[in-house]
Amino acid sequence: MIVGQQKDFDEIKKMISGYNRILVLGCQTCVAISFAGGMREVEILASMIRMDRKMAGQDIEIVEDATLRQCDFEFLDSVENRVDNCDAVLSLACGVGVQALAERYPDKVILPGLNTTFMGLTEKMGVWSERCAGCGNCILDKTGGLCPIARCSKGLFNGPCGGSMDGKCEISPDVDCVWQLIIDRLTALNQLEKLEEIFPIKDWDVSGHGGTRKIVREDLTA
Amino acid sequence: MKSGSNLEKILSSGQFAVTAECGPPKGTSVKVIQRKGELLKFHCDALNVTDNQTAIVRMSSLSGCVLLKQVNVEPVMQMVVRDRNRLAIQSDILGAVALGIRNVLCLSGDHQKFGNHPTAKGVYDIDSMQLIQTLKKMRDEKKFLSGDDISGEVPLFLGAAANPFADPFEFRVTRLAKKIKAGADFIQTQAIFDVPKFIRWMEMVRDRGLDQKVHILAGVIPVKSVGMARYMRNNVSGLSVPKELVDRMADAKDAKEEGVKICLETIELLKEIDGIHGVHIMAVAWEDIVPEIVEKAGLMPRPVI
Repeated sequence: MIVGQQKDFDEIKKMISGYNRILVLGCQTCVAISFAGGMREVEILASMIRMDRKMAGQDIEIVEDATLRQCDFEFLDSVENRVDNCDAVLSLACGVGVQALAERYPDKVILPGLNTTFMGLTEKMGVWSERCAGCGNCILDKTGGLCPIARCSKGLFNGPCGGSMDGKCEISPDVDCVWQLIIDRLTALNQLEKLEEIFPIKDWDVSGHGGTRKIVREDLTA
Repeated sequence: MKSGSNLEKILSSGQFAVTAECGPPKGTSVKVIQRKGELLKFHCDALNVTDNQTAIVRMSSLSGCVLLKQVNVEPVMQMVVRDRNRLAIQSDILGAVALGIRNVLCLSGDHQKFGNHPTAKGVYDIDSMQLIQTLKKMRDEKKFLSGDDISGEVPLFLGAAANPFADPFEFRVTRLAKKIKAGADFIQTQAIFDVPKFIRWMEMVRDRGLDQKVHILAGVIPVKSVGMARYMRNNVSGLSVPKELVDRMADAKDAKEEGVKICLETIELLKEIDGIHGVHIMAVAWEDIVPEIVEKAGLMPRPVI
């Protein structure tokens, strides 16, 4: 899923200053699971904004809502009235959701309340970590199901570098060395010989360095 | 001869090589680097010029190498993949060769988080293994990665690093084998303090016959103070500094003298290991001590070829 993290309240405050009718719009898919942009977070953030404005002696009208999936145009129609009636939308969706809103409502100011952080998973309650870099050419079959592009701090293809110690990355004792994990897993699978080969130089074209990516499936568009 | 460099000639003639490290300044001074060159030139066969080591911005390795050449010192240009993509790498190599640089050490580079620009975007377009492959292709096939032809020769002696003290231990030999397969002609190892562990690693290296395929230069660091020993033991990832060494430094009346003594003992042990073809002395911020170490280690005079 896409993991997000709410922006600092001060940054949000600055962003919404000058707007007095705001729709705080969450998303009930990925970012709700990472407790950053679901209905609950919408309610909390809206209360904080109201309280802040009240203390500053400023009026604000806030409407709270959450779409089922903000990155999908079909779920954006249902909030049309609410969007029309506000000065600005403070979206708590990921960057895709924010942009979908902006595209669907071209005359409306759409503001991001989250930092879209990474594609990852919930390790345990309150802990999320990155798993996929969306690089466009999956190599997990060769690396024991663990991604060095997303999880090695240097994105090495032929790791581990000389900074791997006790299973940890040189950048921090809190970061696992994914190459150690890859080696452990391939050893357990009796496939360590896979790492005898030198991994070829990557084509970053498909990773977004060749320009914005788009998929067109003619069998579906026809 | 692949490059015709002094280092290549010494190693391929079977002689024991001595290299040292020369860190460029955090500034524009020509003197800083040339003074180090003048100081070490009769005691070393080549000097490595580091490339933004520990991710701290310094004068570029390429420029440092050229400045060393001006005082008749043979440089080893260190190149990290942290700061350049494949275009910049290949163009820097063409420039380096044009300016007479013949030895290149291919490295990943310390993560940018360690340095003085921790918010920088790391490049890592290719990794250090692929950097060796790239330079080998440029030299042997006279082609860029794209397959386009290079005009002119690309005579290079290709180096790589090996760290027997990082984990996982057994895989470190596999990684060395991969670097040799990629095209490494010589290896400079991480600094060796834990000699028994290094001996075990070299046994595995010999078991795979790797010492016959590449010239391994064993890395050493003369330790200047107990503080430095402790710091390296506790804070430097990928180094193995035994507690006994820290204790010896702590108990010593003259720490610098003890540091030199330990370094000389280490070199003595390393010289006895089959498959070691030289030493690489990384006297970080203590370059002045290198001539004394080389002399006392019985490595003078340096061969003239």
